[in-house]
Amino acid sequence: MAEQQPLEQEAPATNPLVLRPAPQISSAVTTHIIMRDVLVALAPATVMSVVLFGINALLVIATSVGSCVLFEYLWCRLRKTESTISDLSAAVTGLLLAFNVPSTLPLYMVVIGAFVAIIMTKELFGGLGRNFANPAIVGRIFLAVAFPVAMTTFAPPSIALSPVDVVSSATPLAPTAEPLSLLELLLGTHMGVLGETSALALLLGFVFLLVRPVVTWHIPVGYMGTVALLSLLAGKSPLEQLLSGGLVLGAIYMATDYSTCPATKRGKLVFGIGCGIITCLIRFFGNLNEGVAFSILFMNLLVPYIDQLTPNIPVGGEEIMAERRRARRAKGGEGHE
Amino acid sequence: MGRIGGGALARRRSVELRGIHIPHNKETAEFETVSMPVPKLIVLPMQQHVGAPCMPQVKRKQHVDVGQLVGHADARLTADIFSPVSGTVKEIRAIHYSNGVSDEAVVIEPDGEQTVHPAIEPPEVTDFASLVEALKHSGIVGLGGAGFPAWAKMNTDLSSIDTWLVNGAECEPYLSTDYREMIEHPDTILEGIKACLDLSGVPKSLICIENNKPKAIELLREMAADDPRIDVYELPARYPQGASRVILRNVTGRSVPRGGHLTDVGALLFNVTTMSEIGRFLRTGMPLTKRRLTIMGDAIANPMNLEVYVGTQISEILEFCGCAPGPRKVIVGGPMMGTTQVELNVPIVRQNCGLLAFGVNGPVVPRQTACIKCSRCIDHCPIRLSPIDIHKAYLARDVAALDRLMADLCVECGTCSYVCPSKQPLVQSTRLGRAMLRAEQRKAKGRR
Ligand code: SF4
Ligand code: SF4
Repeated sequence: MAEQQPLEQEAPATNPLVLRPAPQISSAVTTHIIMRDVLVALAPATVMSVVLFGINALLVIATSVGSCVLFEYLWCRLRKTESTISDLSAAVTGLLLAFNVPSTLPLYMVVIGAFVAIIMTKELFGGLGRNFANPAIVGRIFLAVAFPVAMTTFAPPSIALSPVDVVSSATPLAPTAEPLSLLELLLGTHMGVLGETSALALLLGFVFLLVRPVVTWHIPVGYMGTVALLSLLAGKSPLEQLLSGGLVLGAIYMATDYSTCPATKRGKLVFGIGCGIITCLIRFFGNLNEGVAFSILFMNLLVPYIDQLTPNIPVGGEEIMAERRRARRAKGGEGHE
Repeated sequence: MGRIGGGALARRRSVELRGIHIPHNKETAEFETVSMPVPKLIVLPMQQHVGAPCMPQVKRKQHVDVGQLVGHADARLTADIFSPVSGTVKEIRAIHYSNGVSDEAVVIEPDGEQTVHPAIEPPEVTDFASLVEALKHSGIVGLGGAGFPAWAKMNTDLSSIDTWLVNGAECEPYLSTDYREMIEHPDTILEGIKACLDLSGVPKSLICIENNKPKAIELLREMAADDPRIDVYELPARYPQGASRVILRNVTGRSVPRGGHLTDVGALLFNVTTMSEIGRFLRTGMPLTKRRLTIMGDAIANPMNLEVYVGTQISEILEFCGCAPGPRKVIVGGPMMGTTQVELNVPIVRQNCGLLAFGVNGPVVPRQTACIKCSRCIDHCPIRLSPIDIHKAYLARDVAALDRLMADLCVECGTCSYVCPSKQPLVQSTRLGRAMLRAEQRKAKGRR
C-alpha cells in the first residue's frame, strides 16, 4: 500500500504538475460526514431522552460520548498513530452506548462500558471497519451481565401517561410488567433505557438516514418486518412488539453498523430477517431482557457466512455464478440462512 | 431479448443499471466548435489505438501532404496513421507519457499550405467487405476514448447481430464533444449509420443518448424519422451510462459473458463521433486527422469545444485557450477516467475527448482513511463487482481470489473510488489486479 500513499503527489520542483491516478474527482461524502449524519439522525431521540429523564440522561450521554472519544484518543496516542477521533465514529459509539443504558446507571459503570466498547471491541480488532461485533452492543451486554441490577433500575420519565415508580426489572417486555398503551410506547413515556423509549424520535432519524442516504432499508425493514410477522403468527400485537424493548433502536442504528453487517443488499436483508427471528425466539420462549442486543450480536458472528452465500452477481458473470451455486449444492453444502 | 422496441418502449427511462449522480459540469455544451489554426508542430505517436503500433512510413526531411500515410503496420489489429498537415518531417523521436509508457513519434513541421495528398478520393464501397477494407485505410478508431480500430470491430461474422448500438451517452463530466457532434453534424452521423446498416444487413440501430441532452435527442429523432431502422434511446443522465457493458444491459437486457465480446450477444457498439467520421470518410475519403476536444477547468480563460489537428501538443492548445501560467493539474480525457499529465509537450491523439487544466482550486481528493465497510463501492459498481474485496485481494497478491471476484470484468469507470468515503484507491487496485489476473491467465494458457 506504500506506493499509493499519499495519493496527491507533488511533482518535482521543476515541474509543478500533479500526477494522480483516476478518478480526479470524488464525492464529498467522507467518513466524517457519514458519522455526523448519524449523530444528526440521533439528535431527536437525544433531545427526547433528556426531556424524559432530565439531567441524569444528559450526564450519562456526556460521560459515554466523552469517555469513548477519550479512549480512542488515548489508544491512538499509545499506538503512536494519528488520532482518528475526528471521524466521529467514537462519538457515535458513545451516543449509542448511552442510549443502551438507564439514566440511573452510575457514571463509573458508563465509563467501563465505554472501555469495553472502544478498546476491547473496536480497537483491539484493528479499529474502525475491522471489528466484527458492534461495540455499543458488546458494551451493553457486558454491563447487563456485570451489573444486572443497575442496568434494570429505571427512573420514571418526567412525562407519564400512567402512574409509575422506580421499579426494578420493569421494561414492558419483562414477564411481570403491566402492558403499556401504544401511545406511551410511541412517545417513549415509559420506563426504559435512554434510547429504547421514543420510537417516534428514532423513526424520524431513520427517515433522515434513508434520505441522505447513510443506510439502505434492507436491515431495518427486514428486521422489523420479520418481528411484526412472527408476532402476528404468535398471536401477539405486532405494534407492541415493534415499539418495545429497544427494537427500533437496534434495527435502525445498531444492526446497520457498517463493519458488522453483510456487504450486499441481499445479505443485509438476510441479516435483518435473521435478527428478527432470533429476537422473537428470545422474546417468545426465553426469559431475557436483552433479546435485541443478543440477536444482533449473534448475527454479527454469522456475517462472514452470510457474505459468502449472498454475493452480488456480476454483469457478465451470471453463468459462472450459477455454475458455482450448482457446485456448492452438489457438494451437499450448507443450507441457506 | 426482444426488449428492444421502437417508439414508446425505446423512450422508456427506467434502466436496470442506474449508476450514480455526478455533477455534470458541462458548461461548454452549448459552445459551438472552434477550429484551431495549424499548430507550430505536429507530433504523431505511432500507437494511437488498441493493437500493434505502426511503423513510420516516412523519412526525416521528407515532405508530406494532408492525409498522407505516416504510420502503418502489417498486423491483425492496428489502425493506420495519417498526416493532418502538409509539411516536412522534422524527426522521428521517442515520446514518454505520464503513465510510464514510451512510444515512437513522427514529428512534422507544418508549412501552412495544407496541400491535400493527391490520392485522397471517396472510397468505392459496394458491399460490407469493401466497407471494412476502406475503413482499414481511414485511421478511424473508437473516438469515445477506447481507440479500438473501427474496421476491426466490424470485421466479424455479422449474421447474428441484431442491433447496431451508437453511443452518444457521453456520461463523463465536463465533456461535450459527442454532444457537439450530434448537434453540429447529425447528417454525417446518420449517413454513417445508414451506410453501415445498408451494407451489413443489421436490421436496426439505436442511438443511445443521456436525457440531459434533450436537444440532441430531439434533433436526431427528427432526422432519423424517415428510416424505421434507426431510433433514439434515452438513458438516464447518470454515470457510467456510456460504458459499453452498461449500455448493452440497459438497452437490450443482455450481458456479455466473461471473456466474451458484444458480438457474442448480437450487438455492436460504436461511439457517435466514430459513426460520424465513418460517414464523413465515405463522403470525402479524407482519413481521420482532426478531432474535437472539450477544453475546460478553472485555469482556462476561454473554455471551449475545440477542433484540433491530431498530434497538436497540449502546450499549444492550452496557450490557444488562454490557460493561466503554471496550472497544477492537467488532465487528458474526463475527470473520471482521464490521465493526469506531467509533460505538456505530449500530443493529443485520436481518441482523446477532453483537456482539463486546473489551478490551485482544482479538484482535490481528500486523504485516504480506513475502509469503514460501508458497501458503497459494492452497491454502486455498475458491473456489480466487489471493489473492496478486489482491492484486498490485489494487496495480498491473491490471484485465485481475483479470479473468484472476476476482477477482469471491471470497466475501470472509477465509480467505486468516487463514492468511497474513505477514498480507497479502488480502481487502481482493480486495474492492477486485472493485469495480474490476465498475466496469470496467459501463463495458464501457455502451459496447457
Ligand atoms: S470495480 Fe471497476 S467497474 Fe466496478 S465501479 Fe470500480 S472501476 Fe467501475
Ligand atoms: S466504499 Fe470505501 S469505505 Fe465503503 S466499503 Fe468500499 S472501500 Fe470501504
